[in-house]
Amino acid sequence: METETLWDWSYVAEILPILAGAAVVTIEATLIGFALAAVIGLVLAILRFAVPALSWPVAALVEFIRSTPLLIQIFFLFFVFPEFGIVLDAFTAGVLALGLHYGAYCSEVYRAGLEAVPRGQWEAAIALNLGQTTTFRDIILPQALPPIVPALGNYLVALFKETPLLSAIAVLELMQTAKILGSETFRYNEPITLVGLFFLAMSLVSAAAIRLVERYLKRRVAR
Amino acid sequence: MGVRSLVAILALTIALIAVLGSQPQWAVFMPGLLEGTWITVMVALLGSALAVVAGLAAGLARLYAPTPIRWVASTYVEVFRGTSALVQLFWLFFVLPQFGLSLEPFTVAVLGLGLNVGAYGSEVVRGAIQAVPRGQWEASTALNMTRPQMLRRIILPQAFVAMVPPWGNLFIELLKSTALVSLITLGDLAFRAQQMNQTTMRTIPIFTLVLLIYLAISLVITIGMRSLEGRLGKGLARGRGAR
Amino acid sequence: MTMPMVRFDKVTKRYGPLTVLDQLDLDVARGEKVAIIGPSGSGKTTVLRMIMTLERIDDGVIYVEGEPLTHMTRNGRLVPADARHIRQVRAKIGMVFQHFNLFPHMTALANCTEAPMTVLRLKRKEAEERAGDLLAMVGLADKRGHYPSQLSGGQQQRVAIARALAMRPKVMLFDEVTSALDPELVGEVLNVIRKLGAEHDLTMLMVTHQMGFAKEFADRVCFFYQGRIAEQGSPSELFGAPKNDRTRQFLRAVLEAG
Repeated sequence: METETLWDWSYVAEILPILAGAAVVTIEATLIGFALAAVIGLVLAILRFAVPALSWPVAALVEFIRSTPLLIQIFFLFFVFPEFGIVLDAFTAGVLALGLHYGAYCSEVYRAGLEAVPRGQWEAAIALNLGQTTTFRDIILPQALPPIVPALGNYLVALFKETPLLSAIAVLELMQTAKILGSETFRYNEPITLVGLFFLAMSLVSAAAIRLVERYLKRRVAR
Repeated sequence: MGVRSLVAILALTIALIAVLGSQPQWAVFMPGLLEGTWITVMVALLGSALAVVAGLAAGLARLYAPTPIRWVASTYVEVFRGTSALVQLFWLFFVLPQFGLSLEPFTVAVLGLGLNVGAYGSEVVRGAIQAVPRGQWEASTALNMTRPQMLRRIILPQAFVAMVPPWGNLFIELLKSTALVSLITLGDLAFRAQQMNQTTMRTIPIFTLVLLIYLAISLVITIGMRSLEGRLGKGLARGRGAR
Repeated sequence: MTMPMVRFDKVTKRYGPLTVLDQLDLDVARGEKVAIIGPSGSGKTTVLRMIMTLERIDDGVIYVEGEPLTHMTRNGRLVPADARHIRQVRAKIGMVFQHFNLFPHMTALANCTEAPMTVLRLKRKEAEERAGDLLAMVGLADKRGHYPSQLSGGQQQRVAIARALAMRPKVMLFDEVTSALDPELVGEVLNVIRKLGAEHDLTMLMVTHQMGFAKEFADRVCFFYQGRIAEQGSPSELFGAPKNDRTRQFLRAVLEAG
């Protein structure tokens, strides 16, 4: 039945609760995915920094991940594990893919942060005979991390905006839910537009939040 | 990494694809994948062209246009940057028909990806123009040039050289985003891969080849942009030099 | 009394709470060579930048050859000028900058032909002839095909002078044009300026720290202090027998440093 109205508010009211539930899934995927990415990125960066032999292989891996589509990586992880006997559910596979993909990006950010710490800090640590681990943990990382927080924040937002890709393996996040609603009622306008507005709103809010963090960090350094 | 090393890696990648692709168990996938690659490359090329046009238009508009046009450009940029490419593709594919405008998947792909990357591109354009040293503006003013003359002859030529590396990154992002068009039924490389995988479940051969092909195209883009940067930068004393 | 080439009429310039130029009155006669000296922050560079319309006036009027620069007369009253008027008057003024500001993507010759072709609409042949002559005058005829990155600081500054002269201005502004140069390159630029002063009937205003050059070259020296002219006079008067305390202080400090 072709409806004439472009925007049906009662339909909106109907689907809003369903979309809200899906939004929770989206946010879960974002947070877990980013937590993974932050950790993987740090591990990769430290490996590259501390173990010269691994420098080239890690760099190659990072470039490979950054040069190929996230969607393919999601498919790959989802379908390849069963071949080795492990069956991952879609959510886990998706979050894993997000974590690996953005872990590669984060590792570059960490690398920049580490390289920005003045050489003199390393030399002072050696002069004081601090061990490698202590140096890293107490001297280098505390200086390397704060300046790169905004860059990491940008990747958090980027990851959030890529969660719709998980719809390709049927994870019930926002995009998949919107598509299902649309296909059930043949009204795609409201669900997809609402999802779009949700992402837009979150994007603007997080951009403002990152700017605040940037300003806060600048003041700390200035003092 | 110099252009030479990149070309070497590209050669290696293509060799690997050729070797693996001629393995009896793997060769069966090659024709289909290559067909998909053609679609992917076409979408990437046309989408990139649109992105450059949109990015230049929006970037210049946000800097120099009268307020109403500037407002339109800003809205375009914020909306397309704030929502993800897939949402935009789905909106164009599923929602536009309900307004009476039904577009081919290929058109939706080029339009959606081009406008998406163009929004990010407008920021690159703005940044590059604003990075041109103030002294260039002042010298041009002292020589009594009009603003359009200044932009055309002095500022933009210098800005273009600075723009090449970031645009290179954006073109690679666009290439990666082409995989999304498989989700609106366009028969690109990702679509073929998924299709073949559904029917044969031979995940490793299919996706290994697919990842290598994307890597190869990615390298071609990087090499192209580096060479362009090198040729444009002739005469300009750019401190950045070779990365 | 003949009309001054440049006249500042109670010109004031403020940056927020800071008054950089304070109701400045200044007349420069046609063909006069004026050196402007003073401590940093005294407003001397601002004077040049305002003539070149790189800074806006807060109060007062600047006249060039009798015509207001950033104002125009309409119905007998002074109103802010439109772009066309400003460009018309600005065409008489040329400027050389402390950091040269050459166009890095163009050769020396192209730097000098760009504005004559684009703004004055000269044909390429004519513009290249003019540029070639000027580059020869500043001693760089053999460098016309070189890019700025291939030239020394002194050479770049000389190209910058040729570039400004290619527009045939009546007033030339020199903003600390040797301050960014290595000491051994200063002389070649000053020589070109000397030559300019001798051969052309140019009105020249220069902000400079080269006291020796100012003494020998200028017709008049103005000492700026806190946005006003504290003292002005012929070089022998100002350098030989300064009347103002501040002038004496400044000259002493400069001599000690030199």
